[in-house]
Formats: sequence, structure tokens, C-alpha cells
Amino acid sequence: MDYSCSTYELMCNECGKRYGNRPLSGCPDCLAPLEIVYDLLSAKGVFTRDSIARGPASIWRYARLLPVPEGFQPDLPVGFTPLIRASRLGARIGANNLYVKNDAVCFPTLSFKDRVVSIALANARKFGFDTVGCSSTGNLANSVAAQAARLGLKACILVPADLEPAKILNTLVYGARLIRIDGNYDHVNRLSTLIADEYNWGFVNVNLRPYYAEGSKTVGYEIAEQLGWRLPDNVVVPMAGGSLIRKIRKAFNELIFLGLVKKPARPVRFFGAQATGCSPISVAVKEGTDDIVPQRPNTIARSLAIGNPADGLAAAKMILADGGWAEDVSDVEIVSGIQELAETEGIFTETAGGVTTSVTARLYAHGRIQPDETTVICITGNGLKTTDALAGRFDHLDARTVRPRLADFDAYLRSLDGESLPELIAAGER
Amino acid sequence: MPIKVVLPTAFTRHTDGHKQFDSSAANLPALLTEFDTTFPALSTQIKDEHGKLRKFINIYINDEDIRFLGGDAYAFQDGDEVMLIPSIAGGGS
Repeated sequence: MDYSCSTYELMCNECGKRYGNRPLSGCPDCLAPLEIVYDLLSAKGVFTRDSIARGPASIWRYARLLPVPEGFQPDLPVGFTPLIRASRLGARIGANNLYVKNDAVCFPTLSFKDRVVSIALANARKFGFDTVGCSSTGNLANSVAAQAARLGLKACILVPADLEPAKILNTLVYGARLIRIDGNYDHVNRLSTLIADEYNWGFVNVNLRPYYAEGSKTVGYEIAEQLGWRLPDNVVVPMAGGSLIRKIRKAFNELIFLGLVKKPARPVRFFGAQATGCSPISVAVKEGTDDIVPQRPNTIARSLAIGNPADGLAAAKMILADGGWAEDVSDVEIVSGIQELAETEGIFTETAGGVTTSVTARLYAHGRIQPDETTVICITGNGLKTTDALAGRFDHLDARTVRPRLADFDAYLRSLDGESLPELIAAGER
Repeated sequence: MPIKVVLPTAFTRHTDGHKQFDSSAANLPALLTEFDTTFPALSTQIKDEHGKLRKFINIYINDEDIRFLGGDAYAFQDGDEVMLIPSIAGGGS
């Protein structure tokens, strides 16, 4: 099951012991999470702006700094999603240099999870697993199911029973075995840990987790490259387990080490976004505690509903160390955030993106981010998967039909203009 | 008041291969103290240098995180299943 590799291997974050490459997520000695470390020196002069530019328009252009086994031939154009200037959203919330990293259109399943799954499954095959699985709040389920189908692997996926119907359908369609667990995500995750202990399966976010998590770095590489090989002043990132925000920082630091971007005078600041109904990391940041107090999630942002995030403490410490902050917003603000992003930038994001957009507005309103700073907000999922969050929101617009006559059309428009439609309020202005 | 203690496979190298065993400990601190004599190697692995449970282990009583039940103050009930599970983060953003 193990394999050796000269450029990367597992290392314990706490005790520093190294473990080669194997399906293992915790240090057998001190139980701390394992992470992939690279021989960065050997990448110097090899992993360059030119070599990257010659690569494919996907995450595989950064393969030299990803834990991809030798001989693996990637064939899916995952990632390299648009980074767009968000002038209209910026004007609404008081931001002059705002960008949206739009993983709502990530290939193949419309969320940033496609990045992590492709790295995890490359290793699942190398380790010899014929069945892969995950515990998921939805997006991960979709991506594991789709990419396992493409690779001819069997998939067994565990989700909380109350998951959005679209995310269930978007898993089942790929022929995956989907098991709905009577509990919240933290119950599902605990069960997955037990299953991975008993079955010889590759659970992407359990025993393959160190490999999986590295895929998130590609968000950071892409942001830097798409900004013209420079780093932003600030990044706003949704937090569930707390992994993505840490990996974007890791990516930035690797690029600085390799000389691909200039080290900024002030470290990039990271801002975490959570829903108030599940905000253990945001609370830890705001209170400056050195512990994560678990919560029972109660929010429409189900993809962020992890009440006991194991990367939470590390994420909170990292945010504060570089001068960042975290905020959390209510379900009403989440829906407003979804609509604001759609109305201003034409991007339809899921509830997690509503969280990120709303939190961003608040960070500007509270002066945590200055208007002229370059800020990137990470939109990680697609609104088509959580349309139930908007149920009833537009009933007043499609309540009646119009006869195909110009006079009727005119009358209808007049009646619409005469109606007082509910006005949206920018989330940060509350 | 016997409780059932369940361990992950990774810990069984310290317990002569036992994944489950009974205990009459009254609460979590008592259980951890009991390990000092019954399975000293396990005790060393799951506690830090200050004798505190390492932060990378979660304790579940039946299906519930012990922190929702009062943590160290929770009094084990007859028949409780006490699980020790290394914490691993999950599938969200």
C-alpha cells in the first residue's frame, strides 16, 4: 500500500516524524494530523512561471507541488476557474479592488471539492483501493461520486439525512452508493472514521485526508497567477472544517519561497466566514480562545455545518497571527448574500457563497478591510445545488401569466412597477 | 456501574489487541486514571506531558460528544458506550 516518492511525504505537524506515503491521516505516536511536506528546494528553477504557463489550463499545471504519484496521467481539466473583477459588487459594499474566485463553475461537479477529490483519488488508485468513500455535506459527495465513476472505482458515500435534495440526486446519478445517516455531519464523520478503521476503503477525507487537503492549495496558486503573479492583500474564505483557508496560505508561502511572487510588505490577511448557526471557528477567533468549543449546527448553509472542525483551532490561530478576522452571519443574511452576488456579478452561488459574500460586506462595513486593498473572495459552490434556500423568494414575480397581447404586457409591467417589491439590504449595512 | 470502552484499531497495540473492554470508572478522569494501571502504554499515547487528554482525541458517550454532556463532570451511566476517536476534519469548505 505504501509508496515512496522523492519529492513529498507525510509528516506529523506536532512531533515532526515522517511516514513516507501511505493511507494515514493521524500520527500513530502523538495522534496529531499528518500533512504533506515537499522537497521545495528541488522545485526551485523547475517550477517556474514559464513551466506553469506551458501546462494545461487546469490544476495539473501545478502538479509539481501536488502529491500526485509518479505515472498518474490526469485527464480531467479540474479547476483553473475564473478570477473576475467584481466592480459592481464592490460598488455596493464599498470595495474598490474586489475579486471573486469563482469555483461555482469548477469542473466536473461545480464546487472546489473537485480539486481535492482529484488529488485524493489519484492516490487511492496508487494505494490499491477499489472502493472509495467520504463523509460529506454534499459537494464532496458529488465530486467523489463523479470522479470515482470516471476512474472506474466503486464509491460509498455517507451524508447527513437532511441534505439538500439536489446534492443527493447529484450523487446518486453517478451510480454511487449513498447512505443517509440519521444525524448531523459530525455524526457522519465519526461513523466514517470507524468504517475506515474496519474496511479496506479509501475515505478521501479520513485515511486519504492529507493528500486530499493538498488539492485546496490550487486555489491559492490560481489566485496568485491570475492576479499577474502577485498576492492579494486579503482573502475571504468560507470555513467548515477549516482546511481550505490554511491551504491557500500554504500555497502563497510556497510561491514566495520559490520566488514566483514577491513577499508582500505585510502578510496576506485571511478572513474566515461562517454561518452564525455553526460558527465554532469564528467564535474562537472573536474570543481569542485557544480551544474550539463544538456546536450543534443549525443553519441553511449545510455545506459549512461542521460543529466540531478538527482543523478549526489551527485555522483560528493562523487567521489571528496574520492580522485577519472571522465573522458569521444569519440565515437571512446568507440569502441576501446569494442574491447580491447574483444581481451584481451574475454569479449564482450556494448558501456557503452567500455566507462569504455577506461576511465580506460586513468586513468592509466594519472597517476590517480598507476600500482600496486588493481582496479576493472565494466562492466555493454553485447555487443550483441549494435552490431550496431561495424557495418562495420570487413567488410574487411568477404568480400570474400574461396573455400574448401587447396591451396585456404593458398592463402587466405597469402593475409590476406599481408594486412595492421587497428591497434588498446589503448584508454589511445591518 | 459497568461501562463499555471502545478503542480504534490504532490503539490496540497498547491493549494486547483488545478493542473493547468493560470499566467501572465513574467518569472520564477516573477512566483515564484507570488506564495508568491497566494499559500504561495507552495512557502515555493519549495523554500529553501534563497528563491531560491530547486535543486530537474526541470522546463520545454513545453517539454524543462528551463536551455536549458536561465533559469531565459527566457521570457515566450504567451501560454507556465510551468511544475514543482521533479527530479528523471533514468534508466542507
